[in-house]
Amino acid sequence: MTSQRGSQRVLLLALVAVTLLVLAASIRYGAIDFSIAEISRALTSVLPGRPEPTLDQRIFLELRFPRAVLCLLVGASLSVGGSLMQALFRNPIVEPGLVGTSSGAAFGSALFFVLGGVLHVGTSIWSLPFAACIGGVISTYLVFLLARSREDGRASIVMLLLTGLAVNALFMSAIGFLSYIARDPQARSITFWSLGTLSGASWKAVEIVATSTILGSIIALRYAKQLNALMIGEEEATYLGVNVNRLKWIILSVNVVIVAVATAFTGVISFVGLVVPHILRMLGGADNRFLIVGSALTGATLLTLADLMARLVVRPAELPIGIVTSAVGVPVFILLLRRRHYVF
Amino acid sequence: MLTASNITFRVGQKALITDVSVSFAPSKLHLIIGPNGAGKSTLIKVLARLLRPQNGKIEYDGVDVQHASEAALAKQRAVLSQAVEVAFPLSVREVVMMGRYPHFGGRPGPADERIVDEVMAHFDVTEFSRRNYQTLSGGERQRVNFARVLAQLWRDGLTTNTSSCRYLFLDEPLTFLDIRHQIDFMKKVRAFAGDRDVVTVGVVHDLNLAARFADQIVLLNHGRLVATGAATDVLTVDLIQATFGVKPTFVAGNGSGVHLFFD
Repeated sequence: MTSQRGSQRVLLLALVAVTLLVLAASIRYGAIDFSIAEISRALTSVLPGRPEPTLDQRIFLELRFPRAVLCLLVGASLSVGGSLMQALFRNPIVEPGLVGTSSGAAFGSALFFVLGGVLHVGTSIWSLPFAACIGGVISTYLVFLLARSREDGRASIVMLLLTGLAVNALFMSAIGFLSYIARDPQARSITFWSLGTLSGASWKAVEIVATSTILGSIIALRYAKQLNALMIGEEEATYLGVNVNRLKWIILSVNVVIVAVATAFTGVISFVGLVVPHILRMLGGADNRFLIVGSALTGATLLTLADLMARLVVRPAELPIGIVTSAVGVPVFILLLRRRHYVF
Repeated sequence: MLTASNITFRVGQKALITDVSVSFAPSKLHLIIGPNGAGKSTLIKVLARLLRPQNGKIEYDGVDVQHASEAALAKQRAVLSQAVEVAFPLSVREVVMMGRYPHFGGRPGPADERIVDEVMAHFDVTEFSRRNYQTLSGGERQRVNFARVLAQLWRDGLTTNTSSCRYLFLDEPLTFLDIRHQIDFMKKVRAFAGDRDVVTVGVVHDLNLAARFADQIVLLNHGRLVATGAATDVLTVDLIQATFGVKPTFVAGNGSGVHLFFD
């Protein structure tokens, strides 16, 4: 136990280093490459008394850099969300994208763009993430309501996945309809919502997503021990002093908020929340204290790598990031499904 | 002291427990017996306050547990269930350490580590310490869980700070054990139950084991209390035939009471 905790600590430190390295690569390479000298000139150009930044420097400061930071935060959010969902449902194949949270949040955001344009509402920067949260809550609740068995009120995993599939399809078609009638260019882009992209990143988005990611992760960490107790079952966790209903509400709320806020700015990015906790569990065990911190770092790293790939493969254009994450995530998902020792 | 007064527990319209009043004294082993569907496990869950009865009340040391917090209860009450499945790969030691969760905040302290070492040695599971719980057999798992449950209730000179009783509930703990481990297990339960501040209530199926190990037997049928008392008072031909529907034959054992046979 003690030695395992030691190796977990080493692993987390290594992950911090890798995350910083990947971040450095992410701000350097893209449609245009920036040299280290150019990066430092761009960074210092915001200091008082310096000459106005050049066009390249402004591209770096207003597009590249916030995009890289947003990518870290979104990767962290989706992965922490995934590890929370998996701990809560005691199953390694649930993730925010599969149980409807992401598509509902995307629908909420798309609806906000459409109605915002028509009704001229929503001037606060918090309106969009708020709309996404409402959408996420509704879709997640709908999935669990429909997946619940009539006999014992429990949601089996098969029912969850199938209902999630149906609810995702429903919300995606609703988004399709909205993008058809919308005038706002962002709402019009169906690929934006269904495949995800970080191209709309701004410092404002970074600020909002950072708030929800950091607060959500801190709250989740406070309940990590209780989530551990849940690994041996809801009844056993109750006997160990956990108020299971309260825990479920808190964790589900944290999950919906962090995932919905991220989705509001990037669209639906699937499979990150599925793959990341799985990798972490293989590397350092299932302890949720380790898993939550590790998932945040690994999710940030992997999504940044995916984003780099999305930017470099067809440069100077870019792929929607969801194409990259799905290409990696789907095989892992199928592998997990075919594993026999998980009970469905 | 554990007192249950006029307990009625219903699911929908169906009463699983009807007007049961019974009390359990410390330092004795109480075993609940009865046919399938008699409400044994339900009664254990009500006594452990996993389920809340519609009528009646449960008192630990004279205090109604209706409004006690889960966290406070977990410091003095532990339950060993039939089969505990772990959702993700976890080492045996981590599972046993869960028994200490109610007693520490962030990380386990030295006392928690020491207690886990002790109970693991006591149940011969030290050798599995680093093994993945999921790879153990049913019997090995049950020993690990018993170690976990005792870690939860463990008190020693250094950690004792309360005079209240400890409550141990066993919900069909013998299901996956072979005969040697069943007897070994019951001896360990008896030894622990003998402590003067421990109240132990269990459910077993084997009437011979109940007769041999119980200080008090509680006989349930159709959710009602049929009889309670010493084995010789409850395990009679008439009562067994009336509740289980089979007729027992009593055979004198060599030195350890009687044995029951069924045709």
